[in-house]
Amino acid sequence: MNNLVIMPIIVPLIIGLVMVIFRQKILFHKILSVFTLIATGVISGFLIYQVKYNGIQTLQLGGWEAPFGVSMVADMFSGLLLLTTSIVGLLCLVFAFGSIGEDRERHYFYPLFLFLITGVNGSFLTGDVFNLFVCFEVMLISSYALITLGGEKKQLRESIKYVLINLLASFLFLAAVAYLYSVTGTINMAHLAERVGEVGQSGIITAVAMMFLFVFSLKAGLFLFFWLPGSYSAPPTAVAAIFAALLTKVGIYAIFRFFTLIFYHQPEVTHLIIGIMAAITMLLGAIGAIAFNDIKKILTYNVIVGVGFILAGLATYTHEGLTGSIYYLIHDMVIKAVIFLIGGVIIALVGTSKLNDISGLIKTHPYLGWMFFIVALSIAGIPPLSGFIGKVYITEGTFAVGYYWLGAIGLITSLMVLFSVMKIFMNSFWGETILSEDMEKSSTKGVMFPIVTLVLLTIGLGLGAEGLYDYVNIAVESLMNPSSYIEAVLLGYSD
Amino acid sequence: METLMSILIGVLFTIGTYLILTKSLIRIILGTSIISHGVHLLILTMGGLKSGGPPLLGIDTTTFTDALPQALILTAIVINFATTALFLVLSYRAYQELGTDNTAEMRGDENE
Repeated sequence: MNNLVIMPIIVPLIIGLVMVIFRQKILFHKILSVFTLIATGVISGFLIYQVKYNGIQTLQLGGWEAPFGVSMVADMFSGLLLLTTSIVGLLCLVFAFGSIGEDRERHYFYPLFLFLITGVNGSFLTGDVFNLFVCFEVMLISSYALITLGGEKKQLRESIKYVLINLLASFLFLAAVAYLYSVTGTINMAHLAERVGEVGQSGIITAVAMMFLFVFSLKAGLFLFFWLPGSYSAPPTAVAAIFAALLTKVGIYAIFRFFTLIFYHQPEVTHLIIGIMAAITMLLGAIGAIAFNDIKKILTYNVIVGVGFILAGLATYTHEGLTGSIYYLIHDMVIKAVIFLIGGVIIALVGTSKLNDISGLIKTHPYLGWMFFIVALSIAGIPPLSGFIGKVYITEGTFAVGYYWLGAIGLITSLMVLFSVMKIFMNSFWGETILSEDMEKSSTKGVMFPIVTLVLLTIGLGLGAEGLYDYVNIAVESLMNPSSYIEAVLLGYSD
Repeated sequence: METLMSILIGVLFTIGTYLILTKSLIRIILGTSIISHGVHLLILTMGGLKSGGPPLLGIDTTTFTDALPQALILTAIVINFATTALFLVLSYRAYQELGTDNTAEMRGDENE
């Protein structure tokens, strides 16, 4: 029992509620939201420390022992994701200070942002399938509000599709929970894992697993990503960046949790399907990224390629593959946030997202150009940067289990991704400078700090990969040995 | 009884799917609402329909009904109520801004 486990959920929730009461105090909102994200960051850092030295931390809400109550569980995997969420969230928030505009700020932008973080943190920490659904909904309802906030025509049009597809996914999620409950008679994840392990993964459980995979794939953008490019290009930059960095990752987290803890007994069926879906996702995403000549479209398709690549690591279900996936997951959260922020700054400067109308920005904005270059290299996985280590491990994992096609597709699509981001770099930063400084639609004042910090973070994650290895290794160990998770939650309880 | 419920759930899903595939926004929302009812009934049925007394434990109770599906449905209904309300407001606002509730006419313009 550790009360700290629930703090990353209730701190942003309560402070968000307080902020709703004081609607007109924008400065108060800004200070409180920064404070909240720093607090959740410190708490998750402390949780990581505790997990490292004392093992998996749990909290049984209301003192109802698992499997009867709702359990909150923090293992190393969720701890690392929590910390990354806080850091990336904080930097996107600081970016929003200088770019989101007073109108949105007055209409509860900061409380909604904190509620989004509440839902994301809750999804990472919960140990109960139905509670996962509730946390998903908290996150999604905030994202519905954030995507429509401002009420532009494009936002409204895209958000209708976004809301509809997510509502349907939620219904299917509930239906899958119902089936799982009727087969196993429990909704506690650890208890589920124990029961499925005892009776074996029969055909019907695998069918339910496929239903969960379908639901989470819709949320993560794995194969079923048709809704993603439209929705992620509609909202303002700060919101699009936090969506790209966090929302799909929650779906990925859920797939990881379910297919390493509960449904891991038939990897030749379930994990192979994940692998095939990942391969198709990477290919289609990379083709989309190359085909378009629009910064927003290229970046959203890059999100899709990243999702495919992370799940390729899970598909291998090896120690190397999962290590790579976790490295790449952390890298992807940082890098997708920063590339969306830089892309947003370029679009704000020029006033268009069409690559043909942008040229020669390197003369007026050299720093922005070089940072974009570093980020582009990092996305492609060039050695000293953070994308490299994940790619190496995932490729190693795919070769170790003989999925050569998966590894090959991963590497080929990396090249295609490099081409797509270099296309943005060359078109917008090279060439004749057609835009003098006083013709620009906005300035880079106040938005450079988060971008610089995130770029430093990707360099740091690349150079400090060795130091991170201890933590990633603990996370992988507990993912590969579900019994440690079951033991920590159920404390020896058995039917 | 379970068979009857299953057929009912199937009918609700069918109607909901049909409505979601139409072009009018309000019908789409009604479709999601009907599917949600189907899902709630599904949870109830999957947990096993009434097989004993009320879900209360006492010294002399021997049979009781599983209360968990009902708790789940209660939560799901509340969440669904909120999302449906939000979706209705959203579609009304979209109707005001875009001047149409026909999804075929809502398709985006590439050059904006």
